[in-house]
Amino acid sequence: MQRIGDAPAVRRGLIGAAVALSALFLLLPLVAIFAQAFAQGVGVFWANVSDHYTLAAIGLTLFITVLTIPVCLVFGVALAWLVTRFSFPGRRLLQTLIDIPFAVSPVVAGLIYLLLYGRNGWIGGWLDAQDIQLMFAWPGILMVTIFVTCPFVARELIPLMQAQGSREEEAAVTLGASGGTIFRRVTLPNIRWALLYGVILTNARAVGEFGAVSVVSGAIRGQTNTLPLHLEQLYQDYNTVGAFASAALLALIALFTLAAKAGLEWRAARREA
Amino acid sequence: MGIRLSQIAKTYGRPGTPRALEPIDLEIASGELVGLLGPSGSGKTTLLRIIAGLEQADRDPAGTIHFGSRDVTEVHVRDRRIGFVFQHYALFKHMTVFDNVAFGLTVQPRGQRPSSGEIRARVHQLLEMVQLERFAQRYPAELSGGQQQRVSLARALALRPEVLLLDEPFGALDAKVRQDLRRWLRHLHDELNFTSVFVTHDQEEALELSDRVVVMSDGRIEQIDAPAALYRAPANRFVFEFLGDVNRLEGEVRDGALTCGEARLAVDLPEGPQELLLRPHELSLEAAPSAAAHLPMTVTAVVPVGAEVRVELAADWLAEPWLATIGHGDFERLDVRRGQRLYALPQRWHRFAAEGRPATQPSLA
Amino acid sequence: MSLALPRLTGRRRVLPGFGLSLGISLMFVSLVLLLPMTSLVGQLSGISLAEYWAIISDGRVVASYTVTIGAAALAALVNAAFGLLLAWVLVRYEFPGKRLLDALMDLPFALPTAVAGITLATLYAGSGWMGRLLEPLGLQVAYTWVGIALAMAFTSIPFVVRTVQPVLEDLPQEVDEAALTLGASDATAFRRVILPHLWPALVTGTGLAFVRSLGEFGAIIFIAGNMPYETEITALMIFVKLQEYDYVGASAIASVVLMVSLALLLAINIWQGHFIKRLHGGRG
Repeated sequence: MQRIGDAPAVRRGLIGAAVALSALFLLLPLVAIFAQAFAQGVGVFWANVSDHYTLAAIGLTLFITVLTIPVCLVFGVALAWLVTRFSFPGRRLLQTLIDIPFAVSPVVAGLIYLLLYGRNGWIGGWLDAQDIQLMFAWPGILMVTIFVTCPFVARELIPLMQAQGSREEEAAVTLGASGGTIFRRVTLPNIRWALLYGVILTNARAVGEFGAVSVVSGAIRGQTNTLPLHLEQLYQDYNTVGAFASAALLALIALFTLAAKAGLEWRAARREA
Repeated sequence: MGIRLSQIAKTYGRPGTPRALEPIDLEIASGELVGLLGPSGSGKTTLLRIIAGLEQADRDPAGTIHFGSRDVTEVHVRDRRIGFVFQHYALFKHMTVFDNVAFGLTVQPRGQRPSSGEIRARVHQLLEMVQLERFAQRYPAELSGGQQQRVSLARALALRPEVLLLDEPFGALDAKVRQDLRRWLRHLHDELNFTSVFVTHDQEEALELSDRVVVMSDGRIEQIDAPAALYRAPANRFVFEFLGDVNRLEGEVRDGALTCGEARLAVDLPEGPQELLLRPHELSLEAAPSAAAHLPMTVTAVVPVGAEVRVELAADWLAEPWLATIGHGDFERLDVRRGQRLYALPQRWHRFAAEGRPATQPSLA
Repeated sequence: MSLALPRLTGRRRVLPGFGLSLGISLMFVSLVLLLPMTSLVGQLSGISLAEYWAIISDGRVVASYTVTIGAAALAALVNAAFGLLLAWVLVRYEFPGKRLLDALMDLPFALPTAVAGITLATLYAGSGWMGRLLEPLGLQVAYTWVGIALAMAFTSIPFVVRTVQPVLEDLPQEVDEAALTLGASDATAFRRVILPHLWPALVTGTGLAFVRSLGEFGAIIFIAGNMPYETEITALMIFVKLQEYDYVGASAIASVVLMVSLALLLAINIWQGHFIKRLHGGRG
């Protein structure tokens, strides 16, 4: 088989360059995170991780993530079902709209929520009168996290469901299945891996969101600090090892995400073969 | 320019795994149009791609490929100066028809490249030849399959190759277009006088188009012959079966007759079990048996197809139903209907020894 | 298309759940995506055009545009080359560790930006592993414009790789072979046949990387040094205004960033549609 770029010298040169550059720009930072976190031994790392404020930050981060995922899941599935199974005016527009969170700077995302729900905003002002505070508290963090993460599940599902088409569901309708049954027994088994990957991506982003959250959180230690905000504070306080201990936890989640993706892709490739 | 292959073999994957192509010798004369015919997996496409230089033949045995007197075994595909037409056209989608055809001329090294005026003239001449001048500025996606394949041909001919290789050139087209293109290619070949090799799995296409047909199976060449000879004198059972529909008659030979249940056919064969093969058009149907043949059958289906009528026949003594093609004259004379009982009269039959190649080919009066 | 037509015109839809999924989707899009954007308009309606112009054309803010756009452009260009190389190597060659390399490409998306930020800052600071190598050579990365570009490049690496990769995978082998049988050299075939096929994906990926870099915040602020007029990015300007409780100023600058991002996103979509139309004869 003859293909362009098959000459051994070209091949070796390009692979070498790709591996060297990737090692320098991607692998080295990853190694550095763990090297810094364990720079003063496992004991210090552990002390940093089990610190009261760190635990509180971990707790808040998990809390926000656990609440974000189901919301994104419901929205993602509903939107994917809508745009891949029906044809209606405005379908393309809807598909473009869900890309907005990808294009909007996280700081701007935080800002627009702050303006709306903050004390001076038109909803926030009314809420303030009812003595309800959303901004600089966990509900605000949850809201911006949902904003930032909402496209992931839908973006994973739409291409897959488009490619699969609606023949199987239509067959189920002719056999007299109800909507719920069709979704549970026909659609879900076909999309469950994409759904899982969407959830993993949502999880990674929800855990790690920084820009938007830092605008609306107020960063009160032990109360409204998520893990990324916490590590920023430690870093600004010149507690590098402490900051990297938190960073290492977040990096572990990132590694898990990569492994899950590789695993799911491997699985898909094997099923195709 | 003639093509001479000697001891060309191909193994995919690790050495020791079964060969896709057993060592092959093949000589193609200058100006010949040769079809490589075989079922999928027979190695025909591999052979074509090795001639083109798109695949490398095995080093062991060390085969050689000659174009005329030039040894091209180690020559890279880009320097072999062949024209290659792909099954799915492989046109460059982002280029206009004109740019596609001009591509081969414009990528030549600076010293050998014709001037842009010459290129323009040559491309227009080629487009005229394939009757697509009007489409010069169109993109491939705006053309039909048949038109795209003609562009692909013009592109392959732009460099005036002396060898034109075509990989299932009409495989992706519908029947009518395929017919037209076939005739047109034959015409082009005779006019421009290059040496052509094409791959097909369609026996009708191979027989209609080729000067000689190379029948392949399992990485081996089964027979090389002119179409008429191939059909008349197949070298072995594979070739016979691959070239058309076959009726099978199995039975026991005793006292100069082959019997099978109530069926009986006079034959001049050694005693013992025998298998005879018959082409559908080598049978006639009659209302009564003859002295030589008593083959009672029941008509199960009657399908008029163009100039002939296909009659499907079944009988208790047959494992598989038979097919007979008869003329409309016989059809009307016998008033063939479903459920009717008729007698088959073989005019010829074929017999291949179970092992080995030789075939005996007697005929019946 | 013809299959979808009866469903569009017919009164009854075959599959259930249209109302429910439409309801959920519209409610979500309006409440979560669109409603908050209106607050920006509300905030800005309180000031005159001249005041608006004064805020967004302030010297320090304009300097931040220059820094952001310049660094993002550099990062996007670097990523175009790097992404093309990686996509090519991952699709066309087999080698040990390929799957690992492939998985590594997604790291910038999976890693929280703040983690990337402090890591890059630590690596490229004078005492870091990279800084110690580069600074004696006179290359200061941390706390300079180069550092900003580096952080932007890091966070947007996957865009080019992951948009080019599938297109390259779908390129049939015959396209290579056709070019080779016509006598093209590797370099010519790549430039005239392969690259034009990848061009839409390459531009899209680079454009997305650029848009992402324009808005990036977490990965940059640690390595940027944040010196007014020199290494201050626009996202940080918004953040600084907010900390000063200057909501109007923050909104004005945010509106510029938002409009530029959305305009670019739209431009990329339209351009891509245009290209696809030509390659697929208007049927795509």
